Amino acid sequence: MKQLGAFRLDATLTAPTPGVIALFGRSGSGKSTLTNVIAGLLAPDSGAVSLDGEVLTDVSRGMAVPVEQRRIGYVFQDARLFPHLSVAANLRYGERRRRSAPTLIAFDEVVALLGLARVLEQKPRQLSGGERQRVSLGRALLSQPRLLLLDEPLASLDVARREEVLPYLVALRERLSIPMVYVSHQFDEVLRLATHLVLLEGGRVLAEGAVEEMSLYPELQSVIGPDLAGAVIEGLVIRVNPDTGSAELAVGTGTLQVSLRDVRVGARVRLQLLARDVILATQPVQGVSVRNALASTVIAISDDDFGAVLVRVDVGGAIVLARISHDARRALRLRPGDAVWTLVKAVSTRGHAFTLTSGR
Amino acid sequence: MALPFAPFAPFVRARSAAQEEALRPGLAVCGPGVRESAEQQQLRSFAPARMNASPHSPELEALRLSLEVAVRSVGFSLPLAVLAAWVLTRARFPGRLLLDAFVHLPLVLPPVAVGYVLLLLFGARGPLGAWLRTQFGVQLAFTTAGAALATAVMTFPLMVRAIRLSLENVDRGLEDAARTLGAAPLDRFVSITLPLMLPGILAGAVTAFAAGLGEFGAVITFASNVPGVTRTLPLALYTAMQSPGGDALALRLALLSFALGLLGLLAAEFLVRRVRRYLGG
Repeated sequence: MKQLGAFRLDATLTAPTPGVIALFGRSGSGKSTLTNVIAGLLAPDSGAVSLDGEVLTDVSRGMAVPVEQRRIGYVFQDARLFPHLSVAANLRYGERRRRSAPTLIAFDEVVALLGLARVLEQKPRQLSGGERQRVSLGRALLSQPRLLLLDEPLASLDVARREEVLPYLVALRERLSIPMVYVSHQFDEVLRLATHLVLLEGGRVLAEGAVEEMSLYPELQSVIGPDLAGAVIEGLVIRVNPDTGSAELAVGTGTLQVSLRDVRVGARVRLQLLARDVILATQPVQGVSVRNALASTVIAISDDDFGAVLVRVDVGGAIVLARISHDARRALRLRPGDAVWTLVKAVSTRGHAFTLTSGR
Repeated sequence: MALPFAPFAPFVRARSAAQEEALRPGLAVCGPGVRESAEQQQLRSFAPARMNASPHSPELEALRLSLEVAVRSVGFSLPLAVLAAWVLTRARFPGRLLLDAFVHLPLVLPPVAVGYVLLLLFGARGPLGAWLRTQFGVQLAFTTAGAALATAVMTFPLMVRAIRLSLENVDRGLEDAARTLGAAPLDRFVSITLPLMLPGILAGAVTAFAAGLGEFGAVITFASNVPGVTRTLPLALYTAMQSPGGDALALRLALLSFALGLLGLLAAEFLVRRVRRYLGG
């Protein structure tokens, strides 16, 4: 628990390792405060922090392991590269001070993985924003941390620069077993990176769980807004058609055809079906352009916070959300237990589908 | 004047009468006036006829002394100034304001007063002066080292101000980043804070050096005006002005002082710019 002026953070949080845990919430919800408490940069007024069973902070016993001995890597929003040191010296800074930490990743591998070979001799001021964050990430990794905290590492970058960093983060998740805590208020970043999501609001943990599960959570929808709400599902690529740029995914017991390039058969893909793009039909439809018509069952119907109705349907074991108007619901006389066809356009997942594991 | 220091008398008596004379605080406080005969003796060396012939012209000697005094004073006060700047910027303790005022005192005090206090403390019979002499055989009053000490005290606030300004501009976030990378406090200071303070340290050192070349009041009070020992540029200039026929020498010394001061300030600016660029500012 941490009281900062009028702000009070009250979070009890147990996160599985390894994995990428997203701390998600609006600005001011306590995300950064929580990461600073974990890192030891802020002392909580009460409570305890432990990592892999080792107690790092325990206010009741008056103990706190100093920041420099925690072996928790921290990637700050503003990179915080040392301006008087070259990129190589910045990278080596943590490596030289890692004490007896076992080597999880070597210098050359970090340079290769983050594409830094070209800029090693440069000074931080000569780098682009995306390069700076990659150096900051590499510097934190080379200190061989037990846990990596990333505090909105992309927030100060424009969209193009974010793409200079995100793919590298995804590659790291695949390559390394270091657990990461990723702070963000951008849901697409969470979608691409996180395995686990903790939803913070006003300094409290509202809910936590796997990303798929949390995507159905109404409070999450009120944070990300009606246009970005939608079920997150996972699928296995079973067929690829490079000519049309489409792929077939096994989802639950059915298959889903989506626009998806650069994937291989066997890859695991996570995609979000935006609730506003999902169409429900009570009869089979013919002669429409929609590529997917999936037999499904209505599980629940609820009003959402935005003047519409949110319908939760079971599609062969996978759960999908559809946002429809009150009028549509009345016309279709939808009720839980009804059999419906769930219509999903193949192109509607474009920009919302991400490779989890590349397969083979 | 000598009474309060009577306990130290036996030691002092061991010195020669001439030295004893030179070390008596009262004399120096009275300044050049009392030491007329000595002054006149020195003035002879300023006679135009001997000036060009001597390998040690009074200008060169004064310049060399001024440089030596300024270098020693900067060397002595720089570490302390960094410490003082750090304490005044980062430490929170009762009496910080008082310490702040104390550090800045030489800026507003008459230099002669500062020299006088130094004489009381570091003079042969002063508590610190006697201790230094018995423990280390070091004598400060009326020596070049003493001139350097007086200069150091006078230029200390200039140095602290410059260093403090640069320390305040060091992003604490960078120090936090260093902490998360495993750097302990001293390590952080040496590897991050100190290099980032470098522009201020350099600016402070060069400014103090340039100002130190011209320190007059405190030096003449504490270290007196001994040719070849404590007669720095401003003291030589003053002496030349006081002596008949010394006008030409005085003008040369004044021009030399101008040139040095200008050079010092330009050098400071140049260095600071170079370092800023190196630091990526």
